[in-house]
Amino acid sequence: MDQGSAAGTGGTFISLSDTEQRCFSGLYALCQPDSSGKLAAGKVAELFRASQLPAETLHQVTEVCGAKRLGYFGCGQFYVALKLMAAAQTGLPVRLESVAGELPLPVFIGITNEHEMRYPNHPSTNEIQAHILGSLPGSAPHPPADRAVLRHPDTSMDKQEAWSPPRSPGISPPRSPSAYRSYPYAAQRNGTDTLLVYDGKVAGRPSIPQENSSPSHYSLKVQSEQPVITRVASVERLVERAEMDYSDDPWRITEEQREYYTNQFRSLQPDLNALIMGTVAKNFFTKSKLPIPELSHIWELSDVDKDGALTFPEFCTAFHLIVARKNGYLIPETLPATLRPGFMETGVVTAPPSEATEPLIVFDDHTMPGANQLEMGSVDLQMTSRPGVTAKQDTRDESRKPEFSPKRIPDPHEKPIQRVSTLKPDSPQELDANMKSRTRPRSYSSTSIDDAMKKVEEPPTPPPRPQKTHSRASSLDLNKLFQQSAQGAKSGWLPRPPALPPRPPATQIFSFLPGSEKSSQKAVQQPNFADFSKFSEEQESSVRGGLSTEDLAPPKSDSTLRHQGHTPQKPVRRKLHPESQSATPPLATPCSAATLTKSTQRPPPKQKREIQMAIRKNRETNAVLTRLNSELQQQLKVVHRERVTLESQLELLRPVTST
Amino acid sequence: MAVCIAVIAKENYPLYIRSVPTQGELKFHYTVHTSLDVVEEKISGVGKALADQRELYLGLLYPTEDYKVYGYVTNSKVKFVIVVDSSNTSLRDNEIRSMFRKLHNSFTDVMCNPFYNPGDPIQSKAFDSIVSTMMVQAF
Repeated sequence: MDQGSAAGTGGTFISLSDTEQRCFSGLYALCQPDSSGKLAAGKVAELFRASQLPAETLHQVTEVCGAKRLGYFGCGQFYVALKLMAAAQTGLPVRLESVAGELPLPVFIGITNEHEMRYPNHPSTNEIQAHILGSLPGSAPHPPADRAVLRHPDTSMDKQEAWSPPRSPGISPPRSPSAYRSYPYAAQRNGTDTLLVYDGKVAGRPSIPQENSSPSHYSLKVQSEQPVITRVASVERLVERAEMDYSDDPWRITEEQREYYTNQFRSLQPDLNALIMGTVAKNFFTKSKLPIPELSHIWELSDVDKDGALTFPEFCTAFHLIVARKNGYLIPETLPATLRPGFMETGVVTAPPSEATEPLIVFDDHTMPGANQLEMGSVDLQMTSRPGVTAKQDTRDESRKPEFSPKRIPDPHEKPIQRVSTLKPDSPQELDANMKSRTRPRSYSSTSIDDAMKKVEEPPTPPPRPQKTHSRASSLDLNKLFQQSAQGAKSGWLPRPPALPPRPPATQIFSFLPGSEKSSQKAVQQPNFADFSKFSEEQESSVRGGLSTEDLAPPKSDSTLRHQGHTPQKPVRRKLHPESQSATPPLATPCSAATLTKSTQRPPPKQKREIQMAIRKNRETNAVLTRLNSELQQQLKVVHRERVTLESQLELLRPVTST
Repeated sequence: MAVCIAVIAKENYPLYIRSVPTQGELKFHYTVHTSLDVVEEKISGVGKALADQRELYLGLLYPTEDYKVYGYVTNSKVKFVIVVDSSNTSLRDNEIRSMFRKLHNSFTDVMCNPFYNPGDPIQSKAFDSIVSTMMVQAF
């Protein structure tokens, strides 16, 4: 039942039922696979014909399963083809999606039944399978190939092609104890290969142990004097175990993988105890060309403390999940126990764990018992047994907590949750939730720094200005209007420092009074006031009064006159008094239409202060200017009266002179 | 046990809406949408002062004869809205608060994921599972 259960568990990916597994392996054997896993074309053709499908369908099947591209039927292609034929026989279209569901066995006239009968029982099927696997290293990756092909028609097709070359390279002697030499792991290594390829690094290509070298691999575990049959048997049982743990194996990180991950981690972050930031990790993992939702899911699984950064174990977990995914394994909904960050840690309660050394320690401890058993063989080495991994997990999390406590505001709620979780370590999912809730102490006040920081980080870019659109109350719209206008009023002053020409001393005014008086009289309503202002400016610029208030006065009067709409004068004024800001609020609205639009576009809250300061200053100057205005108006009246008297005198005198 | 849970972004578009009786979804969408007005009113009523002192939990937004609507706003103006059945009188304020807290936590988790772009619809399975635990069990 191990085989069946393995197929079942493995088959969760491709829904190969027990019977299907048996049948397919039987058929595979029937088609006389040769040493490299290719099936005899003739036999395959015969089988296909026996399926009684039309030739066109068979062509389609060949094409879809990838054999056409490869040019031969490997194990994976064959299995896919069988599933496709079953689908076709039930009437489904010949597409890879149709093999995802439950399908009846493909019917081959004259062939299937006898195989089913010949290999009905489980062990012998297993034997056949083992024999196949033992003799055909290329077939070893078949379950992953199957899964790859069936779950990822697009990507895994390429992957399968990428795999077939790795099947052929020669043996390289095992570098380390044959912990890594089980077939499913070879598949994993293939996946690592692809990973290496895409990463641009070329690590040592792992070998696919061929039959004659397999004894050497297992010699550490298997006594070398064993005859071939027992070797095959041991291989078979090995494979059986491998098959049994096959669904677990992809989720265990082996030593070599860990080394590789360590190197990768170092390339991103030299300190093994430090964190890789989220963005760095994102860029790195995006290179794997997995779709973003999947990467997002992988991140969710691996970032167990939910801090937006990866520690070294988390990084290994994520990397491993990506490798597995690229090899076609579905990412589970919850993190497998073997991939939990606490997995490799021994029980360290108080001291922060030294992650670099502990995995090795755990490894060595558990290889010893495994070494003695023939049957467990190398699988046990892989199977780093984990007594009470959940307990370790708890301690790991506890130890992790002090690491991250500086980053978090500890929450008293978390302590009771911790206690509870240590009591029930059995359900991993619950533990996951507990872990999550535990390792992220939450403070629920709105004033917490962390929360505020997080929330600050949430929006990527600060929006320019929140538009207060409120459908219910028009009053809020008015608010918005006022806001805008006030804001425009506030900031409208900044871009327009109306330069007020310096107020000339009174003598100056009197000097050119005759000429300008008339114009000033008329200038209240007339545009020649422009000329006057120019005159005054020229005069005033030469005589720069010390009092800015005096300087501001005539421009003030001018600006009041200007209120009638002589906007072009302002730039002229601005030249002389760039620093003075004669804020005339009443003038703002009519005259600053253009500037208002500009100012509303840049109201960052930081400048609000400045704007308000400017407003205050402007108001003060405004008050001063109004006072000055009144004074000058008085003076103007006085001057006007004098002028009238002078004119009358002139009139009196003129008739005398004329005659 | 909520009947509908929604997460609404700062710009008032939904990031995540889920309701239990799937045939009545449109009604819940409409309810959530109208509740946004009440939320806006509550958060703008604090004044021009920055929202430091504002309570995140807004409480009961408004009751109808069928259900009650509760609201919660984060400091970044992301709003959570929970619609509960009126007939479920055993639900107390504290429970609603704890539901919002859980929502907020899992939302933060989603945010921490570097592969999540803020403003995208939330597709995280972890978030989904948290929401499922809070929803009324459909039977």
